[in-house]
Amino acid sequence: MVQARPQSTVEAAVRPIRKRPRPLPWPLSLYQAYVGKKWVMAITGVIGLVFIAGHMFGNLKLYMGAEEINHYAEGLRTVAYPLVPEKFLLWVMRVGLIVAFVLHVHAAYSIWSHNRKARPTSYASKRDYIAADWASRTMLWTGPIILLFIGFHLADLTWGVNAVNPDFVHGEVYDNVVFSLSRWPVATIYVVANLALGIHIYHGAWSLFQSLGVNNPQINQGRRIFAALFALAIVAGNISFPLAVMLGIVE
Amino acid sequence: MKFTLKVWRQEGPTAKGRFETYEAPNISEEMSFLEVLDVVNESLIREGKEPVHFDHDCREGICGSCGMMINGQAHGPQRGTATCQLHMRKFDDGATIVVEPWRAASFPIVRDLVVNRSAFDRIIEAGGFVSVNTGSAPEANMLPVPKQVADAAMDAAQCIGCGACVAACPNGAAQLFTSAKLQHLNLLPQGQSERWQRTESMVETMEEYFGTCTNHGECETACPKNISIDFIAYMNRDYIKAKTVNRKLSGQGLG
Repeated sequence: MVQARPQSTVEAAVRPIRKRPRPLPWPLSLYQAYVGKKWVMAITGVIGLVFIAGHMFGNLKLYMGAEEINHYAEGLRTVAYPLVPEKFLLWVMRVGLIVAFVLHVHAAYSIWSHNRKARPTSYASKRDYIAADWASRTMLWTGPIILLFIGFHLADLTWGVNAVNPDFVHGEVYDNVVFSLSRWPVATIYVVANLALGIHIYHGAWSLFQSLGVNNPQINQGRRIFAALFALAIVAGNISFPLAVMLGIVE
Repeated sequence: MKFTLKVWRQEGPTAKGRFETYEAPNISEEMSFLEVLDVVNESLIREGKEPVHFDHDCREGICGSCGMMINGQAHGPQRGTATCQLHMRKFDDGATIVVEPWRAASFPIVRDLVVNRSAFDRIIEAGGFVSVNTGSAPEANMLPVPKQVADAAMDAAQCIGCGACVAACPNGAAQLFTSAKLQHLNLLPQGQSERWQRTESMVETMEEYFGTCTNHGECETACPKNISIDFIAYMNRDYIKAKTVNRKLSGQGLG
């Protein structure tokens, strides 16, 4: 018989992976905790979802002809115009989106780097996931893809950077879109990026309910359905534009 | 039945580990997974080798001592079951089964399949209790608790602290454990007087040791007690309240 040798467990002592931060005044104190960071991610995610839905819906005017969508784009600059200065509300929305975007990315980065510390040695055998789906495990890939795409998309159709869109004419939204999307590499970028966006939304639009603590047997089933339908509507709408241009439906 | 076991062997916390392959012939389908490890250990001892170390105690699924990754799933393929209650009839005859310890920064490996789970104790110490005056037991009907509330609190209180939620979580987060240990008290009248202090303290201690939730839902499927991630949503809501409510008025500090 071999006696099991007693082993000291002192080497296996548990040490914190994070120092508790010195509390800041409210509401900054909320952002110091990861639970609070998830709230920020969820709220900024909702802002993003509202924007994405509005953006997709507005762009459907592409199918109503050049005059209609050019007028719509111009109209965005004068929302509530006589009441507030011209472009005022446009800039309120832009600044709001930029702030939400920066917070969303910062919270994501900070959660990612914290979670890496929580499991420094990964499993040596293959994991068999049950509930964690492909969408939830690729958030950190679809996120940066969307980030890069936003940069490209702004250069292409907002700033009209010469290297990206040489035929850009300010205010000629219809022509700019049709020219840009009639180049097949650009159309491919738009399709791929919107698929990534759809996958990101499929997890995010469900996940935000959990992060915000919106949990109720009456709505829990609906949360998944909502996320799936939302992602589907966005992807279908957004991908229809490059496809319509490529197939010559819009020209 | 006959199985091939690939078991993680590691001499100590800092030693380099590796998989060792063991044959387990003549296994009855009524055996539990831990009993198969017992059989393997018996033959290892007979050969004069060091047996596989693993944690176990009650072997009836209520103590939370046992737990290991079996074929990449915490507590193996059967839902709502601890490793000790996992029977070999759930596996195909002749299968190769890979066994690995829980892996997380705050679950350091002591030896083989044994991990140090005392980080859970740090979370409980931070507020997973109610402070009451001791004395004779109070009359049971002095403090009425509605049946639904008692049921919900019991659903959370079922947590046996095995660590499967942390092990299964892709982020190594302990949200399911912490929310269960928090909400079974926050639901009951006895838990109210310390509710916001407890919530703040337990969540922040949890974040010192473990990763954070990104809503994969993997913990819920690994939990041997089927504790729902609904409790995590509940905890998220309570944490923001704990930081925001007038704690001075409720006598729970100034925070």
